[in-house]
Amino acid sequence: MGSILLLVVLAIIVLWVVGAYNALIGLKNQTVNAWKQIDVQLKRRHDLIPNLVGTVKGSMEFEKDTLQAVVDARSKAMASGGDVKETAAAEGALTGALGKLFVVMERYPDLKSSQNVRDLQEELASTENKIAFARQLYNDVATSYNTKQQQFPTNLVAGLAKAEHAELWEIEDKAERDVPQVDLSLKKPQG
Amino acid sequence: MTAGTNLFEQQARNRRLTVAWLVLFILFFGWLGFGGDLALYLAAAARTEGQVAYRFPWIGVVLTTIAAIVAWVSWRRGPQQVLWSTGARQLTAPQTLEEKQLDNVVEEMAIAAGLPKPKVYVIDDPDPNAFATGRDASTACIAVTTGLLACVNREELQGVIAHEMGHVRNLDVRLMTLIASLVGVIVVLSNGMGRMLRGGGGRGLGGLLGGRGRKASGPLLAAALIVFVLWVITLILAPMISRIMAMAVSRDREYLADATSAELTRNPGALASALEKIETHEAPTTAIKAGAAHLCIADPLGKDVNLKEGRLADLMATHPPMAKRIVRLKGMAFQQLKAAGQLPTA
Repeated sequence: MGSILLLVVLAIIVLWVVGAYNALIGLKNQTVNAWKQIDVQLKRRHDLIPNLVGTVKGSMEFEKDTLQAVVDARSKAMASGGDVKETAAAEGALTGALGKLFVVMERYPDLKSSQNVRDLQEELASTENKIAFARQLYNDVATSYNTKQQQFPTNLVAGLAKAEHAELWEIEDKAERDVPQVDLSLKKPQG
Repeated sequence: MTAGTNLFEQQARNRRLTVAWLVLFILFFGWLGFGGDLALYLAAAARTEGQVAYRFPWIGVVLTTIAAIVAWVSWRRGPQQVLWSTGARQLTAPQTLEEKQLDNVVEEMAIAAGLPKPKVYVIDDPDPNAFATGRDASTACIAVTTGLLACVNREELQGVIAHEMGHVRNLDVRLMTLIASLVGVIVVLSNGMGRMLRGGGGRGLGGLLGGRGRKASGPLLAAALIVFVLWVITLILAPMISRIMAMAVSRDREYLADATSAELTRNPGALASALEKIETHEAPTTAIKAGAAHLCIADPLGKDVNLKEGRLADLMATHPPMAKRIVRLKGMAFQQLKAAGQLPTA
């Protein structure tokens, strides 16, 4: 009788470990996948920017600085292949530079009335949104992944599932961007 | 994520309800068929004073088989049927800026929900409205009217699309599309049978129950009559009951999809103002027929009953009162502002 009870308890524990392990792995893959979604959109933005700059350059001779800022921020963002924090900072700077360019473009009615420019602007605005929503999803998924691996009793199998803390993509403030970033050397989730 | 558990509960609930609808639908046809057989058998037995040979229940077997086939076809072809009935055209290569924007917004919301991008359809109708259909996230379709594209701005469009994305994510689309097809079949069948009974069927039946030739025996004839009356009542009430059930299924899902929209866009105010704009356009959406009404973001029939509260309105409306939905969304927007104001500037 006692041994049967022991077996039942053991079976329950094994079943629970398998379930908790699989839940953690599922969340980990979701986090990695959400990060890849951001990557796709960032790449699309990098590809679109030369088009935009090339199209508006002629009409915006006086705004060389604004355009140059966008070009510089883009190359910096493309060069940063590091962790979540570094990418977030570089891409945040690019978002800021692009935002400034859009504001300046409002002053050029010729540009705004051009079909080509409007299409490009819609494409870029949409890509900005996609980045924002992909980031939102990534942060949500990463948060539930982090919570799950810290919560008792799932934290007991976190080591077994090789669960690591996933760094969130923090939204940068304008003022914050000038402050040097502290590198905490937290890696982004590895596929 | 607290929404996570709600989401899985909601999906499970929708899966259960889908199965329940399918079973009920087949049972309904089974009753129509075998009940009819039983009435005929009892009537024949009454006429011959129990000396009737065993009869194969042809009507029951045939009708149940038809029901199973119809249910299967509704399941597989439901989304296409709904889209076809509204005259929606798929947006494969967006041409105008408006269409490109719509295509982009759908993709943005798909990313926000973490789902594959649904197919985008446009309906040429001046009244603003939108609906989603499909079996699951990978076969989902979102359709909007040209009237909606013309009257909302980008953020409001985002709110509306996110609402439809909520229906897709919660698996509402599966249940509601199936119901749309099944209710349609029930209404057609009931009308057809009713016409048959009023026409030539009535005389034959009178002869059957009245018993020509030999004198019919009492208890058997009474049983045949009772079964027959129940059978006719089911036939008459089925369309009404199935419609009321469809409406009940639809109403509470609208609040949930509104909440999902707010969760995805983090901008409940935009959906509120979109709903306000949709409401001010009183004109009914002519392209969308009554059968698909419960799929839409706003009742395409523009019925007054959707504006009212109360038991009758609760029973008959496919959508909760628009004013109530807008108030809830504005409440969410206010909470959001309050939270943002109270937080230290990070």
